[in-house]
Amino acid sequence: MESIPRIVPLVVVFPIIGLIINLFWGRRLGEKGAGWVASVAALLSFAMSLALAGYLVSNNFQAAIVNPPLIGEWIHIASANVNIPWQMRVDTLSVTMLLVVTGVGSIIHIYAIGYMHGDERFARFFAYLNLFLAFMLILVLGNNFLMMFVGWEGVGLSSFLLIGFWFDKAKGEGLKNSNAAKKAFIVNRVGDFGVLMSIFLMFWTFSTLDFFKPGEVVNTHLAEVSHGEEAAAEEAEAATPEDESHDAEAAAAEGEHGEVVALTSNDHLELSEMGVFGQAERMLEDNQDVTFGPITLSLKTTITLITLFMLLGVTGKSAQIPLFVWLPDAMAGPTPVSALIHAATMVTAGVYIMTRSNVLFVEASFTSFLVAIIGAGTAIMAGYIAIAQWDIKRVLAYSTISQLGFMVAAVGVGAYSAAMFHLVTHAFFKALLFLGSGSVIHGMEHGHHHVHEDEHGADHDDDFDPQDMRFMGGLITKMPLTYLAYIIGTLALAGIFPLAGFWSKDEILADAFTHGSDGHADGWIVLVLLLLAAGFTAFYMWRQVEMVFHGKPRSEAAAHASESPVIMTGPLMALAFLSIVGGFLNTPSILGLDQIFGLHRMTTWLEQSVVNAHAGEFQPLIAIIALGLALGAIAVARSVYGGEKAVTEDGSDPLAKGATAGLWQMAHTRLHWDEFYDAIAVRPYNATAYFLANIVDWEFLHDYIHNAIIGRGFKGLGDVLSKPVDLGIIDGVVNGVGSVIRRLADWMRQSQSGYVRLYAISFLLGVVLVLIILLIPMINQ
Amino acid sequence: MAEVSNSLSLVTVVLFLPVVGLLVLLFMREKTQLETIKWTAFGFSLATFIASILMLIAYDSGEAGLQLAERHDWLPQFNISYYVAVDGLSILLVLLTTFIMPLAILSSFRMGVLQERGREKLYYIFMLLMEWAMIGVFVAQDLFLFYVFWEVTLVPMYFLIGIWGAEERIYAAVKFFLYTVAGSILMLLAILFVGNKAGTFALPEILAMLQSGDLSFPMDGLLSTQSLLFLGFLIAFAVKVPIWPLHSWLPDAHVQAPTAGSVVLAGILLKMGTYGIVRFNLALFPEASLDWAPIIAVFAIIGIIYGAWVSYAQTDVKKLVAYSSVSHLGFVVLGIFALNAQGIQGGILQMVNHGISTGGLFLLVGMLYERRHTKALDAFGGIWKVMPVFGGISLVVVLSSMGLPGLNGFVGEFTILLGSFGSEHFNGVLYTFFATLGIILAAAYMLLMFQKVFMGELDKEENRNLPQLHWQELAVLIPIVIVIFLIGIQPSPFFNLMDASVGELVARVGEAATTIASAAP
Repeated sequence: MESIPRIVPLVVVFPIIGLIINLFWGRRLGEKGAGWVASVAALLSFAMSLALAGYLVSNNFQAAIVNPPLIGEWIHIASANVNIPWQMRVDTLSVTMLLVVTGVGSIIHIYAIGYMHGDERFARFFAYLNLFLAFMLILVLGNNFLMMFVGWEGVGLSSFLLIGFWFDKAKGEGLKNSNAAKKAFIVNRVGDFGVLMSIFLMFWTFSTLDFFKPGEVVNTHLAEVSHGEEAAAEEAEAATPEDESHDAEAAAAEGEHGEVVALTSNDHLELSEMGVFGQAERMLEDNQDVTFGPITLSLKTTITLITLFMLLGVTGKSAQIPLFVWLPDAMAGPTPVSALIHAATMVTAGVYIMTRSNVLFVEASFTSFLVAIIGAGTAIMAGYIAIAQWDIKRVLAYSTISQLGFMVAAVGVGAYSAAMFHLVTHAFFKALLFLGSGSVIHGMEHGHHHVHEDEHGADHDDDFDPQDMRFMGGLITKMPLTYLAYIIGTLALAGIFPLAGFWSKDEILADAFTHGSDGHADGWIVLVLLLLAAGFTAFYMWRQVEMVFHGKPRSEAAAHASESPVIMTGPLMALAFLSIVGGFLNTPSILGLDQIFGLHRMTTWLEQSVVNAHAGEFQPLIAIIALGLALGAIAVARSVYGGEKAVTEDGSDPLAKGATAGLWQMAHTRLHWDEFYDAIAVRPYNATAYFLANIVDWEFLHDYIHNAIIGRGFKGLGDVLSKPVDLGIIDGVVNGVGSVIRRLADWMRQSQSGYVRLYAISFLLGVVLVLIILLIPMINQ
Repeated sequence: MAEVSNSLSLVTVVLFLPVVGLLVLLFMREKTQLETIKWTAFGFSLATFIASILMLIAYDSGEAGLQLAERHDWLPQFNISYYVAVDGLSILLVLLTTFIMPLAILSSFRMGVLQERGREKLYYIFMLLMEWAMIGVFVAQDLFLFYVFWEVTLVPMYFLIGIWGAEERIYAAVKFFLYTVAGSILMLLAILFVGNKAGTFALPEILAMLQSGDLSFPMDGLLSTQSLLFLGFLIAFAVKVPIWPLHSWLPDAHVQAPTAGSVVLAGILLKMGTYGIVRFNLALFPEASLDWAPIIAVFAIIGIIYGAWVSYAQTDVKKLVAYSSVSHLGFVVLGIFALNAQGIQGGILQMVNHGISTGGLFLLVGMLYERRHTKALDAFGGIWKVMPVFGGISLVVVLSSMGLPGLNGFVGEFTILLGSFGSEHFNGVLYTFFATLGIILAAAYMLLMFQKVFMGELDKEENRNLPQLHWQELAVLIPIVIVIFLIGIQPSPFFNLMDASVGELVARVGEAATTIASAAP
């Protein structure tokens, strides 16, 4: 059992092997081969993750720190006391992320085999997917902030590659795709700037970047675990729905331990023997000052700065105000990418890292307040925009931004467990919805081709866009399985009892309520904004269902759409199942459900590594209001868009007219965020760049200063020297040298002979100076 | 101090192997033995690399002082000697030189301009001469010997640009020459002053005298002796680096130089400046370094941001890469003047990283140029589709240059910024805030270049049938990619090599700081 954590490097190694195989031999493997190599790599990582989860359960949740063989050291500067290793951390938080990433990731890999069928760079796509997995796993497994940052930027790179995957599409689409890719990278770099700054602050405060060091107790608040609770906790983990296999393992391990007496405090450790979080807790006891060169700050202020900079990174990666603008454009990538990277996993990295750093965020009340406001503000802003979009994926993109806002707001009100819970369930149903939309797009394209094969030679309607919902409608009969999956995803996202989203969203709302009741204003703000956002969520999702599946087909393509192959619908079913049962991972005590599924199992599991995780109290009133809002919103959407009314005669939205026109238009134009950034950042940056490059650097520094000052100065000096000095004493001595240079000059057939004279003279000048000054000591003697 | 011997040191072997090659080439005939000439030149540069690896093996990284030293009298009446050795400050740069040179020579084999203009034998002679002089700069321990090597590097580079360069090669060559010479005259004066006052030009002896108090350069105010000497050296180095705003020779030289010339220029030559700052300015004038650090660091930071911003607006690929050097070397200078172990070690490692990645970028640009005979960004687009392997390798080099974690550039930049953040000699937090903004700008211009060349629709007829990479081109690029990953993932051995020597240097500066502090009322 003890040796199990040592397999953790394999979790990363498998996708890397898959990546290498597909990069070098992908073409030769063919579609099936390439697709399955990548998928098996993902599945093997998933199997490793399950084994690690089993290890944690059977080992009293004792976290393990693993140095991978061969490359343990990374940045190690002995004399400067810098030691940042490649080191992996297996604990309940990282394993939760592992299971989501590899589990949902495997499902999406398999789906992509069907979706990417026929693409000319099929193998490359799967190589990139594996690359993404490897970086994402490095992100969640790293035991220090810098290794986390490797994954953090690495997933950004994978995202860049996959958004720009179709960089060569015709009619300017390729350029648009590559623009989207570039935008994603650069906007994220703005966030990364924040992460780096917070890393520098942490290093100079704590002299380490490790989360925890070996031998450190993570959650000193947990009392010694009694045997009975321990067993209950084990069962909780065994009930995790996505891992059926390790029940037996856990059961087998049960006999082996039970006597483990864990230390419950770190009092015996020196500061240098603890990681960032342990040190922060210890140092806060007497709020020491921290000095950075000439600046001295109190520890509280330092932690506030650390978390503020980290928050900037979070708003980039997790698409929050003000840096969310890259995510809607990122939909240019193939749909499995949107599901995996831009919905289920990568974009949740910000939530993960804030949860990981909960010790710091809890102490930084100002940052936490800001986190809550940003999260809730993003949730409602994006939910509002999602109402008035035509592109099926763009609706889901704004929905993702909105849901990430829920998670971020949860972190802000200190509901770390709820945030992680929503992260997990959202991964299920948002991946489901994206894959469902992919299936719809696939079906629409199929229908489009079908139509055009029939009318051979006829003019294509070139404005056809397989993602535009105005061309859809009535797909319920064409794609029944996709419809079923989509409805489940929609209801789960809308928070309808008893699907996954209901439980996780409710826990966030309940925690916001508790936070507000404790006298924090942000709790109430979050509660109100999130309730409204939840209403928006149900509304835009039902609008989408009406537009895509109900009513009559509004295009030939929709009329001839066909269901996707099993390799795509299979994964949909798997995710649909998870979206139904996912909520029972963390059941509160209500309706006796906790008797069946266990009480707050996920919280119990998480609090082993997340010090400030706590179970939210179930608030029946809040739950009923939220559920009522969701059902009400669905009813309204049904009445607005139901039947044949989804799109008006002239191809616009029923709400785009009359009293709601203004509101609709504002949402439709996405509140002009892009135009805003264009005006305040992009265009000034470009203009300054051209001004600096052409005027300041070239015309002034390069030409004017050079010609007027340096050039003329040299020439003047040269003239002075060339007449009295050159013609006089030195001429004879250096005649030989001079003639060589002259011959070289002729031989180069160059025209600007004046310059060559100058350089000859300056060389001479050097020689003269050497001679003169070397003669001084001789004269002295 | 390590013992100094009269017998042949590996350092001398490394230094003179290129000269042996050069002499062999002199006896070959260009008309009949062209292939032999090429491969001989390559062979000797490769042999130099192997010799430098042997030198690395013989080097003891635990020791701070000079190693493998060799010394002979040269001009004893002036106390000038042939004195060469390596230590932690220089060994990596010697290795960088011997690593880049074979690649630069190999890449020359396929350079169209060589066949066009002829005189290939002369070209390879200049390349080997260049290698000799550059290694000389890094191993010389005698101030005068250093100066000689420093000036000698100018000659082959002047002709490489002037004979085999692009349209405006003469202008660029002369400008390059004038700027550098103008800078070095001040350094020469400073060297002569120091050597004269110390009675020796041997750097280790001068340092020992400074340590023991037998020699001192008064430092009271920015116009005192030490400060002026410091500036004498610094200006020479700053032109070479180049530190903003002394960079205006650089775009000309880079754009006009033939590919291999740009590789040598960016890859190695510019590092002579930053190396000189570490070796001479910091060691000889620690008090002046302390006083000047906050000012020079500001110039470095302006360079980081300015270089990146100006790069963004370029329409010529080569010019874009050239300006990126101003930004990248700004990081190096910032690290050095953080005057702590993190900053200086990061700075030295970043010199190597910049050599690898910017050298690599120039090689890539050269390969594009050989195929399309243009360097205009607008001429490309969608190249990734035609040349997937080339696109992939270019991506790795571009990412290395913009500091993607896991690759070499990140390790250097991170360590530098870590150092500057914690520097005790200027407002580290504020300085680093602005310097770190450079990483955002780096992403902007690097990705713009990558996008314009490799992404987008393949809409230009001339780009449709570009030939794939030749094996010789792959042979040049693959070592670069390997080193990019190697340093990115396992930089510790590189830090180990310099740890002891940098530690000593930092201690020297630290002592100066304490002395100043205790002297202050």
